[in-house]
Amino acid sequence: MLLKLVGYRLARGLTTLWLVSLLIFASTEILPGDVATAILGQSRTPETVAAIRNSLGLNRPAYIRYADWLGHFVRGDIGKSLANQRDIAPEIRERLGNTLFLAGIAACISVPLSILLGLLAAIRHESFFDRLVSAATLATISFPEFFIGYVLIIVFAVKLDWFPSLAMIDSQMGFWARLDAIALPAATLVLVVLAHMMRQTRAAVLNILGHPFIEMAVLKGVPKWRIVLEHAVPNALAPIVNVVALNLAYLVVGVVVVEVVFVYPGMGQLMVDSVAKRDVPVVQTCGLIFALTYVGLNMIADLVGVLSNPRLRHPR
Amino acid sequence: MRPGAIKVFRTRLSIGALLGFTIVGINLAAVILAPVIAPYGQADLVGDVWAPPSAQFWLGLDSLGRDMLSRLLYGARTTVSIALLITVCSFAIGIMTGFTAAVIGRWVDIALSQLVDAVMAIPTLIFALVILSVLGTSVPALVGTIAVLDSTRVFRLCRAIGLNIVVMDYVEVARLRGEKLWWIMSREVLPNSLPPLITEFGLRFCFAFLFIAALSFVGLGIQPPIADWGGMVRDNAPAINFGGLAPLIPAAAIAQLTIGVNLLVDWYLSIHSRPHGLAA
Repeated sequence: MLLKLVGYRLARGLTTLWLVSLLIFASTEILPGDVATAILGQSRTPETVAAIRNSLGLNRPAYIRYADWLGHFVRGDIGKSLANQRDIAPEIRERLGNTLFLAGIAACISVPLSILLGLLAAIRHESFFDRLVSAATLATISFPEFFIGYVLIIVFAVKLDWFPSLAMIDSQMGFWARLDAIALPAATLVLVVLAHMMRQTRAAVLNILGHPFIEMAVLKGVPKWRIVLEHAVPNALAPIVNVVALNLAYLVVGVVVVEVVFVYPGMGQLMVDSVAKRDVPVVQTCGLIFALTYVGLNMIADLVGVLSNPRLRHPR
Repeated sequence: MRPGAIKVFRTRLSIGALLGFTIVGINLAAVILAPVIAPYGQADLVGDVWAPPSAQFWLGLDSLGRDMLSRLLYGARTTVSIALLITVCSFAIGIMTGFTAAVIGRWVDIALSQLVDAVMAIPTLIFALVILSVLGTSVPALVGTIAVLDSTRVFRLCRAIGLNIVVMDYVEVARLRGEKLWWIMSREVLPNSLPPLITEFGLRFCFAFLFIAALSFVGLGIQPPIADWGGMVRDNAPAINFGGLAPLIPAAAIAQLTIGVNLLVDWYLSIHSRPHGLAA
């Protein structure tokens, strides 16, 4: 029964993944202007456009090109950049590694911290600390990522001189040197997702705390922290995991702007530069990788949600 | 309601709501009156690069020696009006499609919902970047792209609210009377779904506003020399390395308007507490 349910969710997730690849391909197809006109820019004539279309294989029907593109993508052979005719794959691989490193460090700090703070806010419901949390949430929702980033640069890089203001990293640097370089961008990302995750954790736990079995535990005289940890948290696990996955997915997007702020050589920066250069193949690839990560994380959240709920595990 | 709250519009305003009204009011004034109250033109070079604030230039000068305050006022015009345009377009699209799906149902509903789900599976920023790489970064392309992508969220809400309303007796009566789709949508469904839609309008405006600011900040939004808040942050970013605060001024401008609109939305929610359909 459980296998069937998981299989169903997996199949749905995979369908979404496929639809996403189709959408990304189609959106660059059906819109006016194509790769050929993008390369030539203003100085195009019908003849040159036709020649370029021919050499890039754009004359083949769309569905064949889609199959070709997806097949190459799956095998990791992504083709050539329009801007400099170089193979995209090695550059993307390096930049993807950088981005995953940054987002991974940010996730390792923000997830445990926000769950801990969220639990504290739930235990001390309506205390000063709790109010502070909701004020901080409004602030971080309203402040754009670059505002937080620049404030951190001014305080910690310019005034205090603790960390570098630009996150320059290269393959020769050791782990600790890299960590020092990305301290500020990682901190920015942490602040961006922290308040939201914390608030949702708090809400999920408070929701459970309203149930009769919690009242029973209170009447038995169980201390507050044990009620929260042993009775509320296991039941609030599904919503918490969901929020964590959603925010990790948000990190994927937030990383684009943060990379630009700190001039970090990651995928987001690459994608933004390629959009400016209208280098469609690179943008498509970056877009597909970002979207697949996002969908994949949501799929995992969905599965964990199913697995952590005993009622869904043993449906009547 | 807290004691000491001030009475306006026959309802008491909390401190937060009052702050929200003030912030939004000041911003609207800047949008409307920018050419009148701005001391200098948005492209005029009036002094040294990154001159600090002085009696003559209240907020200092920017990366090319233009007056920061004047550019901030003109920037309000650009950024706020484009964000507003985007929100209005996305609501027009979202309301039409969402209510159509709810009223007609059947395959129209299934087809639209499936399409929207697929689009929503991709992060908006990423999808927008993919589309903009093909369309280029002109203002119509920006408005169209973000409006269409954002209308998927409006569609979801409108469909959910609409589904609750189309089962009401008065809609049934209208259908029996032989009213057409447009009449049912505009006369029966729309008036009854206004409170949650107005709330959503405020939140979607904030989203569009932050989104356009972020796009301009990465250099893919509104192009210079037109002043806009996101682009101003980008232009002035190098000042940070000399300890200058120039990029923080437009960034703070972005933050204050978002906070103001959020406070207004909270106030509106508190008087129309939990309208139906909101939980959907």
